[in-house]
Amino acid sequence: MTTAEPLPVLTRKDFVSDQEVRWCPGCGDYAILAQTQKLMPELNIPREKIVFISGIGCSSRLPYYMNTYGFHSIHGRAPTIATGLKSSRPDLSVWVITGDGDGLSIGGNHLIHVLRRNVDLVIVLFNNRIYGLTKGQYSPTSEQGKITKTSPLGSLDYPVNACSLALGANATFVARSIATDTQHLVSTLERAHQHKGASFVEVFQNCNVYNDGAFDEFTDKAVRPDRTIAVEHGQPLIFGKERNRGLRLNGVTPEVVDLGNGITESDLLVHDETLEDPTIASILARMEYPEFPVPLGVLRAFQKPTYDELMEDQVQEAIAKQGEGDLEALFAEGDTWVVD
Amino acid sequence: MTARSDDVRELERVTIRFAGDSGDGSQLAGQQFTNTAAIFGNDVSTMPDYPAEIRAPAGSLPGVSSFQVSFSSHEIYTPGDSPDTLVAMNPAALKTNLPDLPKGATIVANSDEFTEANLHKADYESNPLEDNSLAGYRVIPVPITSMNARALKNSGLSNTQIDRSKNMFALGLMFWLYERSLEPTLRWIETKFTKNPTVAEANATTLKAGFYFGETAELFPVHYRVPKANLAPGHYRNITGNEATALGFLAASKLSGRPLFYASYPITPATDILSELARFKRFGVKTLQAEDELAAIGAAIGAAFGGSLGLTGTSGPGLALKSEAIGLAVMTELPVVIISVQRSGPSTGMPTKNEQADLLQAMFGRNGESPVAIVAPATPSECFDMAIEAFRIALRHMVPTILLSDGYLGAGSEPWRIPSFDDLPKFEVKFATDPESFQPYARDEETLARPWAIPGTPGLEHRIGGLEKSDGAGTVSYTAENHEIMVHHRAEKVARIANDIPDLEVVGNPEGELLVLGWGSTYGAITSAVQRARADGLSVSAAHLRHMNPFPKNLGDVLSRFERVLIPEMNLGQLRMLIRARYLVDAVGLNRVTGRPLKIAEIVEKISGLVRRKVSVA
Repeated sequence: MTTAEPLPVLTRKDFVSDQEVRWCPGCGDYAILAQTQKLMPELNIPREKIVFISGIGCSSRLPYYMNTYGFHSIHGRAPTIATGLKSSRPDLSVWVITGDGDGLSIGGNHLIHVLRRNVDLVIVLFNNRIYGLTKGQYSPTSEQGKITKTSPLGSLDYPVNACSLALGANATFVARSIATDTQHLVSTLERAHQHKGASFVEVFQNCNVYNDGAFDEFTDKAVRPDRTIAVEHGQPLIFGKERNRGLRLNGVTPEVVDLGNGITESDLLVHDETLEDPTIASILARMEYPEFPVPLGVLRAFQKPTYDELMEDQVQEAIAKQGEGDLEALFAEGDTWVVD
Repeated sequence: MTARSDDVRELERVTIRFAGDSGDGSQLAGQQFTNTAAIFGNDVSTMPDYPAEIRAPAGSLPGVSSFQVSFSSHEIYTPGDSPDTLVAMNPAALKTNLPDLPKGATIVANSDEFTEANLHKADYESNPLEDNSLAGYRVIPVPITSMNARALKNSGLSNTQIDRSKNMFALGLMFWLYERSLEPTLRWIETKFTKNPTVAEANATTLKAGFYFGETAELFPVHYRVPKANLAPGHYRNITGNEATALGFLAASKLSGRPLFYASYPITPATDILSELARFKRFGVKTLQAEDELAAIGAAIGAAFGGSLGLTGTSGPGLALKSEAIGLAVMTELPVVIISVQRSGPSTGMPTKNEQADLLQAMFGRNGESPVAIVAPATPSECFDMAIEAFRIALRHMVPTILLSDGYLGAGSEPWRIPSFDDLPKFEVKFATDPESFQPYARDEETLARPWAIPGTPGLEHRIGGLEKSDGAGTVSYTAENHEIMVHHRAEKVARIANDIPDLEVVGNPEGELLVLGWGSTYGAITSAVQRARADGLSVSAAHLRHMNPFPKNLGDVLSRFERVLIPEMNLGQLRMLIRARYLVDAVGLNRVTGRPLKIAEIVEKISGLVRRKVSVA
């Protein structure tokens, strides 16, 4: 009997690269970086097996600051590079770092396809509802009417809801967190890593230079319990400082109700993240403040075979059925003749 | 019954074109004829021509599809300038193909289809089989549709199924006319329709019926024989350029010991490469049909980053879409290979027609100083060798490499001498493993290649990307001096590939009055034209480039030994522009953009106009 050599014990510091971090002081990205670095040693994966891949934008600088393998690619294409890497190297833990512009605008198509294929990746989308790196233009998640230098009279675009889009693409893991709640963030990232398949995590992140306070009205500590709702598997959907409000479904319409006066916990929707049908998760994802509390947590975690493992299975199956390929036999396939 | 047409005439070379509605099976008939001639021992060369529409309206002019095959008792390089025999399955096929027929050519016309309605669809005011407008051609009307129907009336097939078999009748007739065996096609029918014996039997029956009709009827006073060609000894098969390309990539994977990962988005005329490689799972090949061209090259880059042979394939419009990512591969210095099967452009252009107009796109179609290696096969079977060569260069020099094929090479076919694996060039792949002195952008002294350090290697964790990298360390750098150094490194790295590729060979005298310089699929026409001109005693030599960037080291020297240089191309002078700029040579062009291959005759004519001196040829 042999025992596997124990992995060296790593700490957060082992995941800090020698590059100076260059985000603006006060940027929400620092918190996400810190939580990501903190999580890495917990995963029990050799450092050399971890790869961070990003596109373009403020968030996409993150791989430079991680002392792992990293690839800072081109705008919107990180999911494609990650798909090629993970499909050819299923042994690696591959993380995609993107933002609301990179992932939902220029790279929106790839995001849909990487999610529907269920490639085993963790995709973290930093949503600050603004273009930061190009100095403050409205993004696909900016609210309609947003005044920026490129929309002096207010933007005309209706915004996209990232989690709803991911669920529309039938993503098997969809979660939402906020950069300022470090506990929630790190546990959400850990859940995303544990999920086998394409894991999509939207992180509300403040851009204190170009869109300061974008999420304050529901993420400020004072109002957060009343204006967000933590979704937890198997639990009824209750929120509020006094835990006295809840969410029930009236057909396909969510309703906020006050507990009491004949309404009890048993009337509320019980969150089931494992449903194969993403409809209820989509209903939750689409709830927005002020009509509804904003849902935070894991909206969906449904297991099904991943793209990279199915691809590997096809190769193994072909070899099992037809034997390993014989190149010279293949060259001489079909009708051949000999010239003496 | 006495008049049997058993008079046989021997010919050196014959070119046949099968033409009909795109549903008529002309491609299949042509391929079967090609296979049969090749197995007999002829040299063969083919050119399919089909509309971009899957099925244009039946009987219409845009719906015509054709397949030309030339077979010969000596080595041939092209599918022939013009057909000796046209099989026209309907009036539209006659009308669209007639301009390519020289006077005296034979037209076998399916007379059943020359009805008023079909004549109208083909814009004929009167029946050309009857109105004497085909004087000068040898017209042989054959009621193919009705004879096929009679042959199969007891076959148990529906009328539609019966009608679909008429290409086999026409093929049988051609087999008789050119004295070819039915056996290979009968074998093929048996394998193809194993699960449907009724259809198999019907196809065999009508194939034989066509053959016997030729034998019995008095329509053909003679039939023809093209003896075996004197090909180099060896084991042969027929192969298209796209098939050869796929096999070459597979061989590169085996030779390098690295798995092949092919990501592509379907596009005419490159899709066959994806469907071929998708069959090769048992060789460890992984294929990904991406959501678009950008994703396809992104995935190939990701696979190359991970240590696989990262490969993507496309045609002109797709190459345009991939250009930003090719720039990323230039910057990250990853060994990605991009196969582009060129077609007529710009934009969507003419997807099923041929052109060589993407050379400058491949050279320069990216932002910044962004050099890549470019190689170009000259014949369908050479696609195999150049696919291997593309990866050999990419891996040794850590540089994205473009393989520029074209639709004429990709879909055209010729005999391929099947290589033995041991004869193929081995190439070694070395991954960096030593953390001690590791720098992601350190340079190999000889090639300037950077190390290939793949994820999973302990101690080599590093970050790459599209931002400019500092020399050696590979961290992000915006300094002026470093950028200039890195731009020069990348250029010099590609330039040094010239030390690693064969010299350009000159066919004919090493100096003289005229050099005809070509690249890509014009090889056949240029070679044939120069042979013809030299046989006429003209002082002309030929040279054909396979390495487009960098050029072979001796190219400047070769050019300087000739008074004039002629560059025939299927574009407006793209190689000529590069040659003039690089070597200050006042090269002359012969440029055609008709969507069709260059003709031997037009090159001969151009040569004759340029060469003044006759030389005595032994």
